[in-house]
Amino acid sequence: MSKYTRQIMVCGGTGCIASESEVIIDRFKEGLQDIGYEEEIQVLKTGCFGFCGQGPIVKIHPDNVFYVKVTPGDVAEIISEHLVKGRRVQRLLFVDPNTRVKLEKHENMGFYQKQYRIALRNCGFINPEDIEEYIAFSGYEALGRVLTSMTPQEVINVIKDSGLRGRGGGGFSTGLKWELAAKSPGTEKYIICNADEGDPGAFMDRSILEGDPHSVLEAMAIGGYAMGACHGLIYIRAEYPLAIERLNIAMKQARELGLLGRDIFGSGFDFDIEVKLGAGAFVCGEETALIHSMEGLRGEPTKKPPFPAESGYRGKPTSVNNVETLANICPIILKGADWFSSIGTATSKGTKVFALAGKVNNVGLVEVPMGTTLREIIFEIGGGIADGKAFKAVQTGGPSGGVITQADLDTPIDYESLKGIGSMMGSGGMIVMDEDDDMVEIAKFYLDFTQDESCGKCTPCRIGTKRMFEILERLTNLEGDLEDLEKLQDLGKMIKDSALCGLGQTAPNPVLSTMKYFPEEYEAYARREKKITYAIDEEKCIGCTACVRVCPVKCITGSVKQPHVIDETACIACGACYDVCRFDAVLKP
Amino acid sequence: MAIKSLDELKKIREASKKKVDLREKGESTDGIIEILIGMATCGIAAGARETMKALGEAIEEAGLDQVKIVQVGCMGYCHSEPTIQVNQPGKAPVLYGKVDETVAREIITKHILKDEFIDDHLLNKTFTKA
Repeated sequence: MSKYTRQIMVCGGTGCIASESEVIIDRFKEGLQDIGYEEEIQVLKTGCFGFCGQGPIVKIHPDNVFYVKVTPGDVAEIISEHLVKGRRVQRLLFVDPNTRVKLEKHENMGFYQKQYRIALRNCGFINPEDIEEYIAFSGYEALGRVLTSMTPQEVINVIKDSGLRGRGGGGFSTGLKWELAAKSPGTEKYIICNADEGDPGAFMDRSILEGDPHSVLEAMAIGGYAMGACHGLIYIRAEYPLAIERLNIAMKQARELGLLGRDIFGSGFDFDIEVKLGAGAFVCGEETALIHSMEGLRGEPTKKPPFPAESGYRGKPTSVNNVETLANICPIILKGADWFSSIGTATSKGTKVFALAGKVNNVGLVEVPMGTTLREIIFEIGGGIADGKAFKAVQTGGPSGGVITQADLDTPIDYESLKGIGSMMGSGGMIVMDEDDDMVEIAKFYLDFTQDESCGKCTPCRIGTKRMFEILERLTNLEGDLEDLEKLQDLGKMIKDSALCGLGQTAPNPVLSTMKYFPEEYEAYARREKKITYAIDEEKCIGCTACVRVCPVKCITGSVKQPHVIDETACIACGACYDVCRFDAVLKP
Repeated sequence: MAIKSLDELKKIREASKKKVDLREKGESTDGIIEILIGMATCGIAAGARETMKALGEAIEEAGLDQVKIVQVGCMGYCHSEPTIQVNQPGKAPVLYGKVDETVAREIITKHILKDEFIDDHLLNKTFTKA
């Protein structure tokens, strides 16, 4: 096996050889020998890169730098600047809008550096079914340290001082939550991990449980010790079978090593964890509803107080913590409160994981320090809007949040700033929308979700969200009027003020925030103005049927090789036909 | 065997370190090459199981005893699932995206055997985790 740390790939295609690429290879070899790098850097002749017009091409791995139109005279500069000093030779870099692919790869490099992984530190890096790999990355050291050298109050103080706040959406201080449960009288206490991830589009909790289950188990044991609980419970939706399987494997391995069970680390502390499956109701992410569901009751919330810290599972003091929150605990114990609180903004410390989805180029799971701007997340990490379209808005906080527009893209995000611009952190779903998206339809989608998921216990949520949804349906069917807009506003504000739990109190947010930022779209519907619809140019359509197959509402008709027609009354203007047509036959409104 | 003290934990850690040194520092004492494959639900849905199978077959066909496949969780590159990472001793880890069965075989026949990168599937290469 070679020991090279870098590779210089020089194109050896016919075109490049004709423009002296072989001379370039020789110059590189000579140049590297002169500075004694020949053992570390390998020069390779490769096949054609396919960019013959830009040849000769030189690519440097692993830096992933792509130089074009290199001449033998440039070699010395590439060696002294790039290979020795680590600086790119700017003038030789490849810039061509038609071959964005290569550029993106470039950009990826720098942009992934914007990320900072704490909760996801081991995800995608260790085998989640092998406890030894977790231990190799300092796993269970935090628990060992806590049990052998810290008092419960010291643990609580470290977490409090770190400024860690609940990552499930509420943003309540985790240390304070533990302290309240610790101070409640009684010897039977519980720590619950809330893995009932319900926001459409959020999947960070599942990823953590699937990729690094031990980090959650260890944190639960630490929390148990801090608050005086010997029982841990993980409430997870049955729709996450792989996460459940990996949790079970992890718990089995931890028990075998005595890291769960009796007398952990010889400290006399007993702790074990049980997994409880939920049926996947959105409302069960609310802690009181979650507790009821675990007790075998209907998953309905009850009013707070009493908070679970006083009277939770089986009426005993309970702390309910979200998966991502728990994944932050061990690094805080190991690296200290000061380290954690040095990351982030004044009120929100540490990092947040976002599930970046929608119309961005790089859909992905990203973890960034609090205070990163939306622009950085969407345009730098996310690589911008897909298909070169214009950015319109981003929805954060799922069905409980709101939309954020261009104007607020540069707001550094934390719990407070997001609330300030009419949205919320939520669990970290981030859905990006482009110019083609209809904001009224989007609000309707979320309201359809919440009115369906409403548990039905309190009237504002049960009936209010249903009525709001009906008004939105009326509007989008062009059967509404301007009065409906007022009704929507009023109802929304009333539900916010009067609903029992977080689900109802936040359910109107998507409607209220889209109404605030995109009033013209609501008004267009209210005035029953003609809907935006697409049409087909008969001259250009060859009848390939591609559009018929992608239309989600089946409003395109026509036989093979005959021009097709769009039924304008049924068209929802989704643009799918426009995107799929290869003959420019679909006319955009 | 139960761990009863921090020292015992540290012993296990030292013993397990060898397993992950390659991933962390690019070091390996026994010349093992590791291929990490993202096997979270999303990766599996995108075809990671088929990719893993193809990798295994290609490794066997080439008779490479020193190549080890490790299944890991989500790497975060949802836009390019299935994702795999190749860790070779003394080299920066190389991340590949959209690795279907064909690409998986190419990774063995080209990257591992001939030190050639499969350019169209490269994501990024760095020791610093994302």
